[in-house]
Amino acid sequence: MSKWRSVPFNRMMVVWSTGLSLLDARPVPPTTAGDHSPDPPLIVITPARGWVSLKLGDLWEYRDLLYFLVWRDVKVRYKQTALGAAWAIMQPVFTMVIFSLFFGKLARIPSEGLPYPIFSYAALLPWQYFAQSVSQSSDSLVGSAALIRKVYFPRLVVPLAGVLAGLVDFAIAFLVLLAMLLYYGIALTPSLLLLPLFLLLAMITALGVGLWLSALNVQYRDVRYIVPFFVQFWLFATPVVYPSSLLSEPWRSFYGLNPMVGVVEGFRWALLGISPPSPMIAASAAVALLLLISGAFYFRRMEQTFADVV
Amino acid sequence: MSDIAIRVEQLSKRYRIGQGRSPRYDTLRDRIAGAIAAPLRGLSSAARRANAGSRLGTNGPEDDYLWALREVSLEIKRGEIVGIIGRNGAGKSTLLKILSRISQPTEGFAEIYGRVGSLLEVGTGFHPELTGRENIYLNGALLGMKKAEIGRKLDAIVAFAEIERFIDTPVKFYSSGMYVRLAFAVAAHLEPEILLVDEVLAVGDAAFQKKCLGKMGAVAKEGRTVVFVSHDMTNISVLCPTALLFESGQIALRGMSTTVIEHYLDQRTDGRSEASWELEQAPGDELAKIMGVRVCTQDRVSAHSFALTEPILLVIDYLILRDQVRVNPVFVVKNSMNITVFSTSNFEDPVWGARPSASGHYRAHCLVPAHLLNEGHYVVSALVVHETRLVRASAEEVVGFSVYDNGATRGDYVGEWTGIVRPRCHWSTAELYHEELHVYDP
Repeated sequence: MSKWRSVPFNRMMVVWSTGLSLLDARPVPPTTAGDHSPDPPLIVITPARGWVSLKLGDLWEYRDLLYFLVWRDVKVRYKQTALGAAWAIMQPVFTMVIFSLFFGKLARIPSEGLPYPIFSYAALLPWQYFAQSVSQSSDSLVGSAALIRKVYFPRLVVPLAGVLAGLVDFAIAFLVLLAMLLYYGIALTPSLLLLPLFLLLAMITALGVGLWLSALNVQYRDVRYIVPFFVQFWLFATPVVYPSSLLSEPWRSFYGLNPMVGVVEGFRWALLGISPPSPMIAASAAVALLLLISGAFYFRRMEQTFADVV
Repeated sequence: MSDIAIRVEQLSKRYRIGQGRSPRYDTLRDRIAGAIAAPLRGLSSAARRANAGSRLGTNGPEDDYLWALREVSLEIKRGEIVGIIGRNGAGKSTLLKILSRISQPTEGFAEIYGRVGSLLEVGTGFHPELTGRENIYLNGALLGMKKAEIGRKLDAIVAFAEIERFIDTPVKFYSSGMYVRLAFAVAAHLEPEILLVDEVLAVGDAAFQKKCLGKMGAVAKEGRTVVFVSHDMTNISVLCPTALLFESGQIALRGMSTTVIEHYLDQRTDGRSEASWELEQAPGDELAKIMGVRVCTQDRVSAHSFALTEPILLVIDYLILRDQVRVNPVFVVKNSMNITVFSTSNFEDPVWGARPSASGHYRAHCLVPAHLLNEGHYVVSALVVHETRLVRASAEEVVGFSVYDNGATRGDYVGEWTGIVRPRCHWSTAELYHEELHVYDP
């Protein structure tokens, strides 16, 4: 009787706390008589209902798997393509060229006194990372259906790998940016040191959105069709092709709730040394964290049925 | 150290199979359309779904749900090797999925005392573009191994899979045999305290299967706990001392694997072990009729399944309707490939063989010796022939039985034993000395 209760709570959290809910206040199931095992079980499997803990300890336990999944995604991404990793450069570069032609030359969208190509490229860099990560991770669970039905591992690893794998493409595309900075003779400022923070903000946002969408995708395959449209819509709600100074005040604050606004403004500031992001960056960051935390809990809640539904 | 490895209490699992013919995932449109069409019904069903599973059988029309497991309780001791058998859909795989934490129970709980490795499929997560070596790492990590651990075992895995030359070739260029060997090799080198295996040994060629079974046996000898689901009764009886029989989500029987297998096969054999007729319907003509045919054990108890080591008794009841005719009963036994394995009659019986009989009711017994039939399913036809050649009555394929391998006659060999018959031949061996080597004189 007492053995079941005697499992130290912190140990369950850290080691293998399977499906044990933080908020689940169900009575302890009775155990049979004749129980003479002094050890607590390593794994307790119970039906979990409602909101459950994130089991981050379990995630840590499987860090090697995360590493190999990221590594696989990176390794496989440009296999059997003629141009290979050059695609990681060509995608943002060609987008930048087209944007410069249409938005810079034809539409004459202001670019805060900077050459339009570098103005848009500095924003495209985090944007493409974000867009790619969102579409990768939202499709990741359905794409790994075979794994999910046959192997146990913390499912959080799957969308997380999708978000991390995009960093390699980001790094390659970043080299082009450095070349462009040289070409346009733009000097780096100390604000560059804050760049990783803005990248982190982009990662958090991408993961938050990716968690929501990947979990929804398991249940509703509509997500697959919504994502491209959704990403495109989000592009125009983010100051990638235009400066956010185009917006007038009541709207601009509201607009700041979009975490990618903070990311893009932050990137331009850190790399090109133009005006720093508005204080709305705090709101951006808060929204991004909210997305991540709510996404993670929603994901964990839905995770219980992934194997049965996917 | 506790002596229990796995404890399962009142475990139930319910699957939703409602709207059976639609795909398993919904679309938003269905949900929205449903909600608009019947808002109240939508709400109440959503509420019902929200606390689905809170009580057995209290929610929803029962036919919307399928109980894959029903209140299963079970204890498996440390070091025990348990086989699980049962028809498809009996709940075997569902139990393993819950124990390996892939899917969640609806009711009840399970406790596991030790590190679990589960092998529900061989080669899950293999990526065709990656090389053998890379896939070993990826697959190993999926199965829960650490990078360093995989590195340590890499050579052993490669050697076990016999793919040394191709280790740096992408697996998409592998033959299917190589692929399966590599996949099993990774899994075989997982070293959990509790190993859950689902029907993964049915891969590769016979030689590799043998190697896999050998590896499983070795794992078991190291004192680890193994739960093994299989449809292959031979594998179960060779590997597992005890077995569980699942029937519609419940444990129907637990015991010595030979007993459990026998029980299972008894139920499963398609043919009946007995057939009998009323006089009007009985097969035959105005001279002879077959009244009944039976398959039973030596002790004359009707039975469906027999170990290789058991004799099988075939019994026929027949009627002779005219005086002083010579008739003989005949049995024809065919295997599941529809090959006639043997036919037999009592022609050479000194008393009954050639003798004309008086009219009346007769019963003949035919004892099929042990160590004759190989494992498999058999159907029996019975005939009554007149003057050794004229078939007067015939009951075609009216009873059946199966023969299984209880492992008693295979030494330590664990693979498939080919052949239609399985005689136990007499062997003798002697060492030859040098001067005898060139003389062939048995």
